[in-house]
Amino acid sequence: MTLIAPTATPPVQDRREPVRRRARPLRILLHAFLGLVALGWVLPLALALYASLRPYEETSRLGYFSLPEHLTLDYYGQAWSQADLPRYYLNTLIIVIPGVLITLFMASFTAFAIARLRIPGRKALLITFTAGNLLPPQVLITPLYTLYTLVPLPSWLSDSQSLYDSYLGLILVHVAFQFGFCVFVMSNFMRTIPEEITEAALVDGAGVWRRYWQLTLPLCRPVLAALATLEFTFMYNDFLWALVLMSSGDKLPVTSALNNLRGQFFTDYNLLAAGSMLVALPTLIVFQMLHKQFVAGLTLGATKG
Amino acid sequence: MVQRLPISRRNLLLGAAATFGVPAVLAGCGSSQPAPPGGKSSGNLGTVTLGSNASDEIPKKSLETVLKGFTQAQVKINTVDHNTFQENINRYLKGTPDDVFTWFAGYRMQFFAEQGLATDISDVWREIGSDYTPAFKAASTGTDGKQYFVPFTYYPWAVFYRKSVWQEKGYEPPKTLDEFTALAKKMKADGLIPIGFADKDGWPAMGTFDIINMRTNGYDFHISLMGGKESWTDPRVKQVFDTWRGLMEYHQPAALGRTWQEAGQALQQKKTGMYLLGMFVAQQFPENERDDIDFFTFPEINPTYGTDSIDAPIDGYMISGKAKNVDGAKAVLKHLAQGASQNIATKLDPGTLAASSKADTSGYSTLQKRGAELVSKATHLAQFLDRDTRPDFASTVMIPSLQSFVGKPNEIDSLLSSIEKQKSNIFR
Amino acid sequence: MAAKTRRYSARDVTILVIGLGVAIIVNVGLIWGPTLASIGLSGTDWNGIKPMEWVGGRNYGDLVNDYPPFWSAIRNNVLWLGFLGLVATPFGLFCAVLLDRRLRLSRVYQSALYTPVVLSLAVVGFIAQLVYSSDYGVLNAVTGLTVDWLGDRSINIWVVMVAAAWRHVGYVMIIYLAGLKAVDPALKEAAAIDGANEAQAFFRVVFPTLRPVNVIVLVITVIEALRAFDIVYAINKGRNGLELLSVLVTENIVGEASRIGFGSAIAVILLVITLGFIVTYLSQLFREER
Repeated sequence: MTLIAPTATPPVQDRREPVRRRARPLRILLHAFLGLVALGWVLPLALALYASLRPYEETSRLGYFSLPEHLTLDYYGQAWSQADLPRYYLNTLIIVIPGVLITLFMASFTAFAIARLRIPGRKALLITFTAGNLLPPQVLITPLYTLYTLVPLPSWLSDSQSLYDSYLGLILVHVAFQFGFCVFVMSNFMRTIPEEITEAALVDGAGVWRRYWQLTLPLCRPVLAALATLEFTFMYNDFLWALVLMSSGDKLPVTSALNNLRGQFFTDYNLLAAGSMLVALPTLIVFQMLHKQFVAGLTLGATKG
Repeated sequence: MVQRLPISRRNLLLGAAATFGVPAVLAGCGSSQPAPPGGKSSGNLGTVTLGSNASDEIPKKSLETVLKGFTQAQVKINTVDHNTFQENINRYLKGTPDDVFTWFAGYRMQFFAEQGLATDISDVWREIGSDYTPAFKAASTGTDGKQYFVPFTYYPWAVFYRKSVWQEKGYEPPKTLDEFTALAKKMKADGLIPIGFADKDGWPAMGTFDIINMRTNGYDFHISLMGGKESWTDPRVKQVFDTWRGLMEYHQPAALGRTWQEAGQALQQKKTGMYLLGMFVAQQFPENERDDIDFFTFPEINPTYGTDSIDAPIDGYMISGKAKNVDGAKAVLKHLAQGASQNIATKLDPGTLAASSKADTSGYSTLQKRGAELVSKATHLAQFLDRDTRPDFASTVMIPSLQSFVGKPNEIDSLLSSIEKQKSNIFR
Repeated sequence: MAAKTRRYSARDVTILVIGLGVAIIVNVGLIWGPTLASIGLSGTDWNGIKPMEWVGGRNYGDLVNDYPPFWSAIRNNVLWLGFLGLVATPFGLFCAVLLDRRLRLSRVYQSALYTPVVLSLAVVGFIAQLVYSSDYGVLNAVTGLTVDWLGDRSINIWVVMVAAAWRHVGYVMIIYLAGLKAVDPALKEAAAIDGANEAQAFFRVVFPTLRPVNVIVLVITVIEALRAFDIVYAINKGRNGLELLSVLVTENIVGEASRIGFGSAIAVILLVITLGFIVTYLSQLFREER
């Protein structure tokens, strides 16, 4: 577990930060508390990890809270091949990467127009977009499905020849559904950018596109990183849209592929746990990588609203 | 999809490149896998697509093996996991279905046939009809008298136990409900939990309801009740729940938090004395203990009906209403109807039996032989509650209601009137 | 103030029209259009296949009078909202406050708390089974109890809400943490000067400046409570005491049941409740801005 490892080896370096000396016992208490909470938070996941290393026959005999007789990584290999994970990871990437990029692109432009240009009706637009994001997805399912079966697509774009059962359809629904949230966060963020920067460009006679692409967007890196992390997680973990809008088993995203590890009747839960760990890995990695920007990006987006 | 070729790294990169580039390539790498099963060239009937829910290893392998022996057309299998396939069936059949698809016999088949979502295959049945018993033919026939379904495999429900435990304690399979109750009492005295029970997932309790109803009121009443034609407040239905409640004290407690696998495990570990389930219970046993499993059919309750009916859900194949290659699809069905094809499946999966009477039973395991024997003695084969009634009634009314009964077995009257009200809302 | 900015060339206008036009078409076509269509569907008896028939408010009547899971779901959604709002969210804030100081290992703690947020349905469902299973679960094994955590209708909703809180806390923590980082350090210094009064100082000085964040967190909490779905769905498909509105919609519409008219009626009720919150929130938000 990447998350436990650091706790086990506290850094040796001495505390040289300007901490008030008299607060030291409090600090220890604080660490004890936070450590305990963090442990409590990671423990269930650690248990799942532990279960995935043990044969099903063993845990069903001894229960999940027991000492191991065999520890093995076999389930990981089995999950990898039996659930055909590489193919499904690829499917997920085909959906999620364009999904995130298009969402961020469209949302940033819209947010730019709303926050930086005094276009008429901007408040109404923002309300429509934001509220759209807050709707429960289940409300949309049936009409969306019907709509998707009715929209024809050329076969080079979708082998089902309709929006239903196509990658494009899934990407679109993700974009539409996540777009509002991104517009909301980004327009808040952009409002915090000092006007002078674009004002100066205005004097130069810069067009809308240049002001957006060259002057505003580069300043939005932190919020873009934060949203990319969040959106990646949201789209990656989705299974509802794929369930409803796809019918070809080999086009489903990786979260659905886990179901390949479930039998009609019998399910080896430890194998499923191993598969779930593999599926959870990318989101954990993305979060770890973008952690810093993530917090910073949310900061500016959130408070100066 | 047939082959689920392991994707090479190169393909993966190509696919990734396609993501950002040409969608055409992308579509190609998605599902129109060119290679036919077993690398055979296609026959004269073109390509047939087949939607399968066999996503777990063994059924998937057996279907692939069976279709390897089919040379008249190229078959492209589209595998979707079992759960998704079932959830999606409406949208799938209305959207872009495959030519042939896996489905279940009985009401659940008739439901889609009636809506025009399945293709009539009476002509196929004129050829294969002699391979099946009348019970199987009836289960494949729609309400209009035409056939829509080809049975492939099935499995019976019965009360399972471990021979070693029973020998040691000297238990005998009960013939009547009284003997059954006496046996349960004795097991309890011996420190066993008499009847294994689990209903976290909602469906296992349906098996208990089915069998008590069929033993008490007969197959015809059961099917009529399932078809929404009887009242749930009828005293006959109440009788079923009363009988069940009488047995409740011998059931494994806390059933609503338990999966069937955990209950199966308890049977395997000799904590429970017997367990009413489908033959797939064997999958919870280690290979070397499977010969220790035996079963008896649920005992007689009403002498009028004896033990003439059991639940024996049949899995098989249908042709979708929107099929593009009907001739090819019919050829595939004929191939799947062969006893030899079904034997491939029964050999790989010892929890199932071949539906065709022409299938060779000499290769069966002891348990399979006993299963076939049980089925041959039954006059009526029910398909299990969720296959014998409307899917919406089964999932949105019966599952919550049976769970509520298991949780509070004493509130039968209010439960039955609630079921009746919901039933009349659904079957209007 | 900057009225002079309105000087768009034809090219600018084209870009704006295309950019915003696409956004509006996608949003209206895929979100608002289907939402309105669902409201229409809720007045029919459509099963997804046969021609639909208008039945007026009948679905709503059936729902309220004859469908026991509906009232359980309403009760559970309310409980869920209360639990997240009164327990999980304050705890997330508390953790954020503790983590918002120069603390060694702070990042490790943050990651630990945030991890459950990124996990998908299958993992959470499995973990619940692992911990709560009455025969083989860890909780009973450790405590020596034989409680049927997931099957007993009177307790299962509570243990599942604990699992939901497990995920919610991390989400709230990270958002508050981000908010706190933006608060003027001098304010925080002032708040932290006197250890004994730290709590008081926090509530008097820092908390009020977090108002915008509070609003966001409140909305997230409400939406999470109303949209709650995957944990119960993974555990037992939201049955037997774990009914939630979103699950009932899914059960009726998505599954094989295909009671589209009836399911849409539940969806509309969920929609109305959600819209109630959305409208309150947005009007609050935009009134402030003026």
